[in-house]
Amino acid sequence: MHMDFITAQTWSPYVVGFIIGLLNCIAIVVSDKFIGCSTAFSRSSGMLEKLIRGNTASEKPYYKKFAPEIDWEWMLVAGVAVGAFMSAWLSGSLHAVWVPDLWAKTFGGNISLRFAAAFIGGILVAFGARWAGGCTSGHGISGTMQLAASSWVAALCFFAGGIATAMILY
Amino acid sequence: MMIKIQTNKRVQLAIGFAIGIGFGFVLQRGGVTNFDVIVNQLLFKNFTVVKIMLSAMLTGMVGVYLLRQYGLAQLHPKPGSIGSTVVGGLIFGVGFALLGYCPGTVVAAAACGKMDALFGGMLGMLVGAGLFAAWYPRLEKSILNKGPFGERTLPEIFNICPWRVIIVIEALVLGLFFWLERRGL
Repeated sequence: MHMDFITAQTWSPYVVGFIIGLLNCIAIVVSDKFIGCSTAFSRSSGMLEKLIRGNTASEKPYYKKFAPEIDWEWMLVAGVAVGAFMSAWLSGSLHAVWVPDLWAKTFGGNISLRFAAAFIGGILVAFGARWAGGCTSGHGISGTMQLAASSWVAALCFFAGGIATAMILY
Repeated sequence: MMIKIQTNKRVQLAIGFAIGIGFGFVLQRGGVTNFDVIVNQLLFKNFTVVKIMLSAMLTGMVGVYLLRQYGLAQLHPKPGSIGSTVVGGLIFGVGFALLGYCPGTVVAAAACGKMDALFGGMLGMLVGAGLFAAWYPRLEKSILNKGPFGERTLPEIFNICPWRVIIVIEALVLGLFFWLERRGL
């Protein structure tokens, strides 16, 4: 029974959500931090700028707020990669996918087109997340569980924008 | 003891990494490293994303407020405003539908072989984060602070006991779950 659980293709979304809730509780007790993923991208872009343009990059006001260095949240995101890899590997679902099915059904199997769309989508996601001060995890899960007003508004706007765009696109 | 752990930087980085492993593991196992699952949520055809997010919220809400009551945790509600939260949230939403992943799941998806997440999404996000850092001084002066609602929680704003709010939300969301399951969604 235990092995089945470890190798099962998917877990119930309710079990997954429950575990994420518990992980957040552990994080606030042992680290005084809530789970969030988008500042790691700001720190990474800052680290890249520092590499290319030297220390002047750290002078940017935004990088004074979010210093271009490895912090708790950056390590969390690194862990997300490792954990997802482990899970996919254990459940036998680790394989390369170039164009998602639903995308291919609507826009065809052209890899460059999908990559370009994902690239532009990525720009908007990071830009919007930093503009709003959080993403689907930082606002959508960690903020709503604190009953933070800003996070409830943010979560509604994430989905409003997402639903409208998806209805038009697909 | 917790204060001691909380101030040890290397221990903290290791804890962040460990929690990330757990988070990434369940994200993949929940199916949200899959573009189709996320986009089908936005099209109301698959409710996995909402089920995961809301059950995490239901669990965490009780946990966080209990921990706070016993002095084991502090809340950190993020500040927000119409200019930042609403506008940024909508921009995020457009990108969310186009990319088909969010900042956490894009990393998880890339790690399990989704090439569009790796070469398109993660690269785009680095560029987007860089652009935001470049534009931040201008945005901060012009729009980000328009219509602020502060670092406040809903119970603080409406001046009611948090547990009342929690009970109402738990009941509504559980009702939604039962309804979704009964309709086979």
